[in-house]
Amino acid sequence: MNIVVGVKVVPDTAAQVRVEDGKVTWGEAPLVLNPWDEFAVEAALQAKEKFGGQVTVISMGDEAALEALRRALAMGCQQAIRIYDEPLAQADVLVTAQVLSAAIRKLNPDLVIFGRQAIDGDTASTPAAVAQVLGWPFVGLVTAFRGFDEGSKTLEVVRTLDEAKQTLRVPLPAVLTIAKEFAEPRYPSFIGIRKASRAKIPVWNLAELGLEIQPPRVTWPEVMQPPQREVVCQFIEGETPREIARKLVDKLIEEKVL
Amino acid sequence: MSKHVAVVVDHFQGQAPGATWEPFTPARDLAQALGGQVVAVVLAADGQALAQEAKARGTDRVLLVEHPSLADYRTDLYGKALAALAQEHDIAVWLFPATTRGKELAAWLAAALGVGLLPDVFEVALADGRVTAKRPVYAGKVWARVEAPLPAVVTTRVRAFEAPEPQAADAEGIEKVALAVSDSPVQVVAYEKPESEGPRLTEARIIVSGGRGVANAPQVPEPCAGISDPKEREKCIAQEGFKMLGELAKALGGALGASRAAVDAGYISYDHQVGQTGKVVSPDLYMAFGISGAIQHQAGMRTSKIIVAINKDPEAPIFKIAHYGIVGDLWEIAPAILEELRERGLVKT
Repeated sequence: MNIVVGVKVVPDTAAQVRVEDGKVTWGEAPLVLNPWDEFAVEAALQAKEKFGGQVTVISMGDEAALEALRRALAMGCQQAIRIYDEPLAQADVLVTAQVLSAAIRKLNPDLVIFGRQAIDGDTASTPAAVAQVLGWPFVGLVTAFRGFDEGSKTLEVVRTLDEAKQTLRVPLPAVLTIAKEFAEPRYPSFIGIRKASRAKIPVWNLAELGLEIQPPRVTWPEVMQPPQREVVCQFIEGETPREIARKLVDKLIEEKVL
Repeated sequence: MSKHVAVVVDHFQGQAPGATWEPFTPARDLAQALGGQVVAVVLAADGQALAQEAKARGTDRVLLVEHPSLADYRTDLYGKALAALAQEHDIAVWLFPATTRGKELAAWLAAALGVGLLPDVFEVALADGRVTAKRPVYAGKVWARVEAPLPAVVTTRVRAFEAPEPQAADAEGIEKVALAVSDSPVQVVAYEKPESEGPRLTEARIIVSGGRGVANAPQVPEPCAGISDPKEREKCIAQEGFKMLGELAKALGGALGASRAAVDAGYISYDHQVGQTGKVVSPDLYMAFGISGAIQHQAGMRTSKIIVAINKDPEAPIFKIAHYGIVGDLWEIAPAILEELRERGLVKT
């Protein structure tokens, strides 16, 4: 089973992201493999270990994306490809989906895996859009692989909905996203890190993909700092826990939240 | 110019989560600005009740697509059914609630129609023939104004808009539409329903949440006394603590949350996690017990209307975003609050 896993590089979750001079900045905070994508890479590696084949990790982005690609290689992916071209700097979900789909077609995999969302744009939209462009089935928030039927090329997966867990049979090729419950992502091994640091990572541009793209439909005319919550914490004190509880309940009734 | 506003009704086997009706509020304003109608879309095996409720929430028309294959939501099947409706009806804006299914379908439909997608917005309007909206990015550390030309697909952030109160409505304007697409190749073979009580985290008006501090009990609770392994004992204590917080949540008619630290330590399951890599919530009341307030946790709850923090450490960062703070032991405060609620008859049953 040949697998493509799509990843993104993002500022670390602890980064103090803010707006400066009308632009988003995160200061010196490191760029890392998107935390949700670690689960996608883990799932891709487990699929390979269970069903055979190889895992190719792809990312659309400038050189910063190498950080994410190398991390995925260090975790155990066999091959990495970066996709980039000038016009892609402003790509929206639709453009991203078209570009990733073209790269995926070229790689001709049986299975495409993404994380549930990237923690920068937080759109949670690209994987389903990629599935639509490819015309392949889509299943989001997969928590387990149950089995693979070689004859019918059908993968049995479990996915989480808010209301229930669903077991589904998905004919391949298909596009999945992976939920955190799938498994704890592995740490890169020492050998993995060494391999990843030496790996040559090719760059595919739009010409290579045979793709002409439209300007993005979605634009971001403005980014802003959310209004600061002018919160001064009012500390509640008392002789006994009950007295404190009484005062708190009074306040919460006053605030109309009880 | 296209002119109607479609709201796609989210449901699981005929049951609509609360967020389903929230997009009907901005839909009304957008339809007014366009001089068009609000059109609800129901895809279901049996959707009469949903169609009726959509009418009651302020819809001019309901397109009701019923077919046995629609009993199980599959993104491609539902997406194709919507794309087929887009061919027949003059829709300027497609609205979905930003629920799991809503987000998937919106992305799929936007790609199918080749139009702009504005996900997870908390403000949306029309300006110069474009949709303009605001949405949080970077886990709410930054807001972005985003725009797309018409037609466009929009998902509304859960709890950002108040759903219209249901009004008495007749069945007029409910139009049955045949399903024009064949079934998905993806087949559902089983469902497993969780035994969940009370409201879901993302929809709860009140959330009682616990962190690492839940493991610091002044006295080892009875069921954990015999455990000699310190790690196991700590886990047992924390689990007892979460039971106590769960009781408080239940009494308030709310949901039980947890910090990532508590989930990672194995005190409670991941589906309770609030934060950047858990669930992003925005309740009326968020009570944080023994949560220090790491930036990743704040990203998941800081838009709560009222935040109450209970922590032993007066320097804990959570107090910087809390409206009310109690410096004290949660093992004393939580039961005291429960008692107080009981005595005043404020316990929801």
